[in-house]
Amino acid sequence: MQIQLNGETKTVEAGSSLLQLIEQLELTGKRIAVEINEDIIPRSEHADTRLQEGDRIEIVHAIGGG
Amino acid sequence: MKQDVLTIAGKDYHSRLLVGTGKYKDLEETGLAIEASGAEIVTVAVRRTNIGQNADEPNLLDVISPDKYTILPNTAGCYTADDAVRTCRLARELLDGHNLVKLEVLGDQKTLYPDMEETLKAMDTLVRDGFDVMVYCNDDPIAAKKLEDMGACAIMPLGSLIGSGLGILNPHNIRIIMESANIPVLVDAGVGTASDAAIAMEMGCEAVLMNTAIAAAKDPILMASAMKKAIEAGREAYLAGRMPRKKYASASSPLDGLID
Repeated sequence: MQIQLNGETKTVEAGSSLLQLIEQLELTGKRIAVEINEDIIPRSEHADTRLQEGDRIEIVHAIGGG
Repeated sequence: MKQDVLTIAGKDYHSRLLVGTGKYKDLEETGLAIEASGAEIVTVAVRRTNIGQNADEPNLLDVISPDKYTILPNTAGCYTADDAVRTCRLARELLDGHNLVKLEVLGDQKTLYPDMEETLKAMDTLVRDGFDVMVYCNDDPIAAKKLEDMGACAIMPLGSLIGSGLGILNPHNIRIIMESANIPVLVDAGVGTASDAAIAMEMGCEAVLMNTAIAAAKDPILMASAMKKAIEAGREAYLAGRMPRKKYASASSPLDGLID
């Protein structure tokens, strides 16, 4: 199935969890925050959150800024 | 003498210099400049993670550790209240429930001037949502008062446009804002060099927030050190109370006992 990840279309296995996506992206344990369809998904819920077709996922981190 | 501390959202700080982490050559230079500045509050931006690009790339928060510094996530790049609120919520998740944020809602890309209508809207939502908000604003004393009444924990009027280095162009307005404020007033944006920072502090500002003045100096680490000293000098001069300005000379050496 397809999802939108940081504005780009990505194909993931149907039924996969948010945690699996994060592992696949090699972002496990990194300081990130995740939003699905504009709702924040707390870290504690990553494992139990199933991705759905067409989900718009944003993964953000801190970068230099003033 | 009572220890001179800056209190923001119930936490005491000994440094009155807040610094940004943008525009540095690399993370090493960022870390060294922040260290040299002596800053305890450090701003960061929140952006999309680069997907699939070099997963081992060092992270800013590995260099500027939240264990050592108070991280102040900003809403830079936001032009609407909704985007700013969304960014603050992401920042809170990113920083494990940390509530302190720097709100800035900008009007256009040319001036990066604050859009006060959207800023006030975002302020209202953020305060209701439990955030401690330090707010970048214009030098309008009425808007500043509204932000304070809404529950801001610090008001941060611009000295001049972000990244312009033009110094404090509006000292009279900032003075009026400070006169009526019961929360810290910081100059945010506009500082170009050490004397600008000292001027802000001599006026009685509680602190100064800067980024480009350090990052865009030829030697950012040396400039960070200069800014640290300027902030301290300006603060001490403010506390000491300057002499009155006089129109004519007043001899420093006694007139008695002059030789004939």
